Amino acid sequence: MWTYLKRQQAYLILGVFLVVLSFIHTHISPYLRQLLILSGINIILANGLNLISGITGQLSLGHAGFMAIGAYASAYLSVFVTGPESFAFLLNILAGGCLAGFFGFILGLPTLRLKGDYLAIVTLGFSEMIRVILLNMDSVGGARGLPQIPHNTDLIWTAGAVGLSLIFIYRMMKSYIGRAFLAIRENELAAQSCGINITKYKVISFTSGAFLAGIAGALFAHQLSYINPSIFGFIKSFEILIMIVLGGLGSLSGATLAAIILTFLPEALRPLQQITQIDFRMIIYSSLLIVMMLTRPSGLLGKRELWDFKIFGAFRRS
Amino acid sequence: MVFGILKLINFAHGDVYMIGAFVGYYAARFFGLLHEPSISSFGIVLISSMFICAFLGFLIERIAYRPLRSAPRITSLITAIGISLFLEYCAQLIFGPDPKVFPQILNSVNLVQWGEVALNSYHVLIFSVSFILMVLLRFLVLKTKYGQAMRAVSEDVKVANLLGLPTNTIISLTFIMGAALAGAAGVLVGTVYPRIDPLMGIVPGIKAFSAAVIGGIGNFPGAVLGGLIMGLSEEMVAAYWSSSYRDAIAFAFLIIILLVKPSGFFGKYHPEKV
Amino acid sequence: MRRNMTVATILTNVFVSLIFVFSLGCTKKQQQSSETSKKSSQQNLETNDTILIGAVLSLTGPEATFGISTKNAIELSFEQKNKEGGVLGKKLKLITLDNQSKPEESAIAITKLITQDNVVAVLGEVASSRSIAMAPIAQSNKIPMLSTASTNPKVTELGDFIFRTSFIDPFQGPVLARFVFENLKMKKVAIFKDVKNDYSIGLSQFFKEKFVELGGQIISEQSYSAGDMDFKAQLTAIRSAKPEFVYLPGYYTDVGLILRQARELGIKVPFGGGDGWDSPKLFEIGGKATEGGYFSNHYSPEAEDPFVQSFVKEYEAKYGTVPDALAALGYDSGIIMIEALKNSKSLAGTDIRDALAKTSKIKGVTGIITFNSQRNPIKSAVIIKIEDGKQKYVTTIDPS
Repeated sequence: MWTYLKRQQAYLILGVFLVVLSFIHTHISPYLRQLLILSGINIILANGLNLISGITGQLSLGHAGFMAIGAYASAYLSVFVTGPESFAFLLNILAGGCLAGFFGFILGLPTLRLKGDYLAIVTLGFSEMIRVILLNMDSVGGARGLPQIPHNTDLIWTAGAVGLSLIFIYRMMKSYIGRAFLAIRENELAAQSCGINITKYKVISFTSGAFLAGIAGALFAHQLSYINPSIFGFIKSFEILIMIVLGGLGSLSGATLAAIILTFLPEALRPLQQITQIDFRMIIYSSLLIVMMLTRPSGLLGKRELWDFKIFGAFRRS
Repeated sequence: MVFGILKLINFAHGDVYMIGAFVGYYAARFFGLLHEPSISSFGIVLISSMFICAFLGFLIERIAYRPLRSAPRITSLITAIGISLFLEYCAQLIFGPDPKVFPQILNSVNLVQWGEVALNSYHVLIFSVSFILMVLLRFLVLKTKYGQAMRAVSEDVKVANLLGLPTNTIISLTFIMGAALAGAAGVLVGTVYPRIDPLMGIVPGIKAFSAAVIGGIGNFPGAVLGGLIMGLSEEMVAAYWSSSYRDAIAFAFLIIILLVKPSGFFGKYHPEKV
Repeated sequence: MRRNMTVATILTNVFVSLIFVFSLGCTKKQQQSSETSKKSSQQNLETNDTILIGAVLSLTGPEATFGISTKNAIELSFEQKNKEGGVLGKKLKLITLDNQSKPEESAIAITKLITQDNVVAVLGEVASSRSIAMAPIAQSNKIPMLSTASTNPKVTELGDFIFRTSFIDPFQGPVLARFVFENLKMKKVAIFKDVKNDYSIGLSQFFKEKFVELGGQIISEQSYSAGDMDFKAQLTAIRSAKPEFVYLPGYYTDVGLILRQARELGIKVPFGGGDGWDSPKLFEIGGKATEGGYFSNHYSPEAEDPFVQSFVKEYEAKYGTVPDALAALGYDSGIIMIEALKNSKSLAGTDIRDALAKTSKIKGVTGIITFNSQRNPIKSAVIIKIEDGKQKYVTTIDPS
């Protein structure tokens, strides 16, 4: 009964959210709309990485690589195979996600026995390899990039994808699989001795995270209408990592919140730049990052969720 | 080195190296050594750059890392990235984003010409300065009391603290030394490749980290071997195979090496105990 | 624990409300500004006012140096015009937004310029990748965009509101190919390109096509990534191929180092490149190694032309450096835009577009510029040889 109610409630909130969105979609400025779409994409990216690094505790620096795979696969399909119809778009997004997930699976299988920094280096190396290979693939434009991708991604598509991926991760966290992930993060040895198949769960987490990154990449490609390999460098991976650490590792709502903040922050700092005529936007951004980490080392929310706080208690059913 | 002792990925290291190169650039102007290439002017520039970088390293450790010593490692990783971004953008603002030309503080002379292979005075210089610094470092770490304390801290910070070692001071000193070395590297690179710009530290930072990981964390010969492998594999691939796939193949090597030897070449394997 | 929770709650609340206020502010500002812009465009007819022009440029990030010299030059051209009394009695005002050298940021910045700041036209970007990300947005909002230095032919194919001031790769690549084959009489060439840079890839592709068509031979193709320090491995491979000429279409930031190392390795054949070579920094970084190099360019700073001379002088007086090719292109983009505004019927996007399309025989630093039907300039290229640390004019090659 309890879970049933909760689920119904969640769907209800999502439904209301979508209706509101489709209403404001046409009423807000294109600038704000673009920022909202970008934050949506960042939410999916951050939560995908959160699944790998925050919940399962495997430090990955290669998220941009999976994003690149999703972006390129879906863009290739849209440009050369299908065209801009929305149904084809849906299939292309899924194809991008699946290909990224598949790569996550093959990379995850042998490498997940590595720990900590070694894993971080391998994932970093993997994403750099993807980037260099894309640079040399003339069929997708190489360094010149792939232009004229149909501009399919709008606010509603993004919101739908964000909603579905959040539900996906939330359900996963609350299931047996999610508990196994947490156990692996807390203590691998203990988890193993409790009969949890570590490799299996690590690969599940890695594959799902990569899948989500692929989806986000596909949305990104169809939003910008143009992609090139330099977009998906390791700096992008770091940006996503910063989001989840700032939000609180392992916290779903924390990563979401941080993704939104970090998308809006550089834009919010623009007026300052125009007044002073000096570009210290990024300096402020980086010093805020340092100050944040010093004052709240475990991120905005820590391991908790937004609804764990007293002020949001009204929404909590317990 | 810092990495080995603190078990901390210091992404800001590459940027300290960048600052080192710029300090060298301005030091050479300040002391008016632009037109007098000689060993002594090189020495002055090198030492001033090492000195200022050491101070910078001290500041970074004090402000950004010390308060986070007990925090999860990923937090300090993010702080390191934050500092690295901060240094890069500050440098772009202060020094300007256009590449600067590092002054010629040492004459380039071909010492030995042997067929197609030439031995330049620069190569001798880089080799000898890094050799001297390596020997000094090894001596410091293995033979002095301070080095012993450093290794103790590296083994276990808590126990070292219990034994009455001033761990904070020691970690600070380690940072200072690491930063001074990075500054020296900046000047050396500036002398040989006379183009310095505010973003020059990013790629070397990542590569140095990779080299340290391949060699086995916290192990000197390992780091040197790791650096050699990284460098050689890149050069070999570029020269004999395909220069456009160079980075991809170098990283593929890296992944294979780590799959075969999961803790690097000389890394100690710590079996986990319950 | 409790204290932490409250702190966190406050923090999150502050952030959420900040975003909320910010987003409200955005929508409100837009309404207001669209109202005021309507008002101001009406007022424009009677009173003295300003014309807002936007620019999206890389002021930070890896390509900041190119964005800043472009920005300086555009500002110089506007300032000169304003001193003369502006366009139609109105002052020109440039709003420059930074894009951190990223395509996705460029798309956001141009959206902001068009929908929030209500600019009448947009200048930028230097790199083709970022221009391509911006072009669809300018096109769909019917705001003309004049790219200063994007050389990829794709850029202006994206819509009839997109113009450019620079050569396109299919023109500039073959120019040097013809020069090397016909004037220098060399048949065996090696190419050394920047694999990360679309400009370099484009130039080397069209150079290669033309050179092979003429009957020449490409005997070795090597690549590097911008920002590398050591190029000896690739250069060794080039040396063993024994070319007569090496085509090196990169930016001066890397070219200087490459030339230096090539000479150290004993490669004595001449090198050549495109307009990316044009900067005083090239001689500083490369030193004597740049001697004897050839490159194709828009103009020669040594040219007797008083127009070029006065530009070089004023730029140097204001910013303390000799202008590079990107600054020259930025300056010309400013001039073309000013001319178009002068001839435009109104400040509506379509009118400015029509005026831009009619651009013909405008005297700029980079030559006499006329736009063709593909919205690309028709202008001649010069070949420059480097001698005694100076650029020396060799010959002019007209478009054919």
